[in-house]
Amino acid sequence: MVNLKLNGLIISVEEGTTILEAARFMGFPIPTLCHMEGLSPYGACRLCVVEVGEGTKAKLVTSCTSVVQEGMTVRTASARVVKARKMIVELLLATCPQSKVIQDIASELGVRQQRFRQEYEDCIMCGLCVRMCEEQMMAKAIGFRGRGDHRSIGTPFDMKSEVCRLCGGCIYVCPACQLRCTYTEPEKAICGGCMNLTPPCLEKEKFEDMMCYMEPCVACEIKNR
Amino acid sequence: MATLNTTPDTEKIKAREGIISILEDIQARFGYLPEKELRNVAEHTGQSLVDIYGVATFYKSFSLKPRGKHLVSVCLGTACHVRGGPNVKKEFEHSLNIRAGDTTKDKEFTLETVACLGACALGPIVVADGHYFSKVTSPKVKQIINKTREGLDKVEIQTDQRIFPVEISCARCNHSLMDPDHLVDYHPSIRVTISFERKHGWLRLSSLYGSYNIESEYEIPENTVVNFFCPHCHTELRGAANCVECGSPMVPMIVKGGGVIQICSKRGCKGHMLDLSGGIYG
Ligand code: FES
Ligand code: FES
Repeated sequence: MVNLKLNGLIISVEEGTTILEAARFMGFPIPTLCHMEGLSPYGACRLCVVEVGEGTKAKLVTSCTSVVQEGMTVRTASARVVKARKMIVELLLATCPQSKVIQDIASELGVRQQRFRQEYEDCIMCGLCVRMCEEQMMAKAIGFRGRGDHRSIGTPFDMKSEVCRLCGGCIYVCPACQLRCTYTEPEKAICGGCMNLTPPCLEKEKFEDMMCYMEPCVACEIKNR
Repeated sequence: MATLNTTPDTEKIKAREGIISILEDIQARFGYLPEKELRNVAEHTGQSLVDIYGVATFYKSFSLKPRGKHLVSVCLGTACHVRGGPNVKKEFEHSLNIRAGDTTKDKEFTLETVACLGACALGPIVVADGHYFSKVTSPKVKQIINKTREGLDKVEIQTDQRIFPVEISCARCNHSLMDPDHLVDYHPSIRVTISFERKHGWLRLSSLYGSYNIESEYEIPENTVVNFFCPHCHTELRGAANCVECGSPMVPMIVKGGGVIQICSKRGCKGHMLDLSGGIYG
């Protein structure tokens, strides 16, 4: 067991637990975006930052990738943390304003506006789909390509992958395309609800002039063509 | 701060390193990474194609598109940028009629931009086929293109004082290998016979120390290791040493006036050693 101070509370948790898990277990909410149970932590979205340490030595770390250590002090909602989180949400909104998931997080944190140049990127590089494909579906059909601002997610050579089984898992976990194409039942909120069994991002040609009432549907990929 | 991945996945890292060197070899061979080869790599290493594709697209030194014969890189690092790198780039794009990152239609030139080549004080820097050009201005661009097209390895003999002519003889029979009737670089050439891939023929080397110009009966493909023979006694010119650059066998020859010169037997490798004191196999 490891003892630590969490928001002033002295607790002991099992070794190897992440700060995120410990905090959630104790009932302290921490917003997350790129974290999902069953997938390995990745630390891409930075939303889950918490403050570790005391005084001038305090650092912001991502709680989803940091494991607890004996005697550490953690604050999950200090002024510094909240400020950083708000900024991160603003940046996410600047990249992908249409995502319901990001919008929800923003309103939860009281962010009503973002001060950066507005882009409509769709993909926020959270890597959920990549990990889903690799770790749960054992397919490894999609992955990161390129680097810097040319980084993108997709299949090698942008071709239909031979290892993809069209499970749709990637679309299911995507915070950017979720809740976009839901056919007539928005509460289903799973892409593929419109009864196309092929994830649109894998068959761009076919879906080029598709339209649905939540226009622009499948814009996530087609827009870029 | 300890993170979940405190112990790096050494297996994974090793596999990745392996991939990089495999890809480097492919890139050296084809000049780019053909799709078929990447699929091959995936099959043989047991790694998934996405990972390999990820590595191939991550590093700037890999290219998925065929590259031109000559590679021109314009530096747009901070220092070169403020000294006018963007203008130089524009001029190149204009003269070659391509955008940075592309290759000309005739497959002669590939233009790319790089961020800092470590020679900031001399910027804007342009590197063409491994040769650095400093303080480049737009008017100089045409000149660089022309020079590159002619081949930068043809050294300007008169201007470079480090280059001097040598007289060479066979290490075995001591016969002179000089061929005064046939000039390379305006100097008598060194004549040897060579064989590679079941081809036999003559090869004339420049007798200027420091020049790599050659003439040969057959076009020798890059990276071929060639066997050298004395045209008089027909013994193979082969020393005990291997090239420090590429590991191919070195070819020893006697320099008149005392000393031995060894040149690398691999086409394209510039490895050589000049020893003005020692014996042949020393
Ligand atoms: S949830 Fe921790 S970085 Fe995204
Ligand atoms: S910025 Fe061009 S060499 Fe450093």
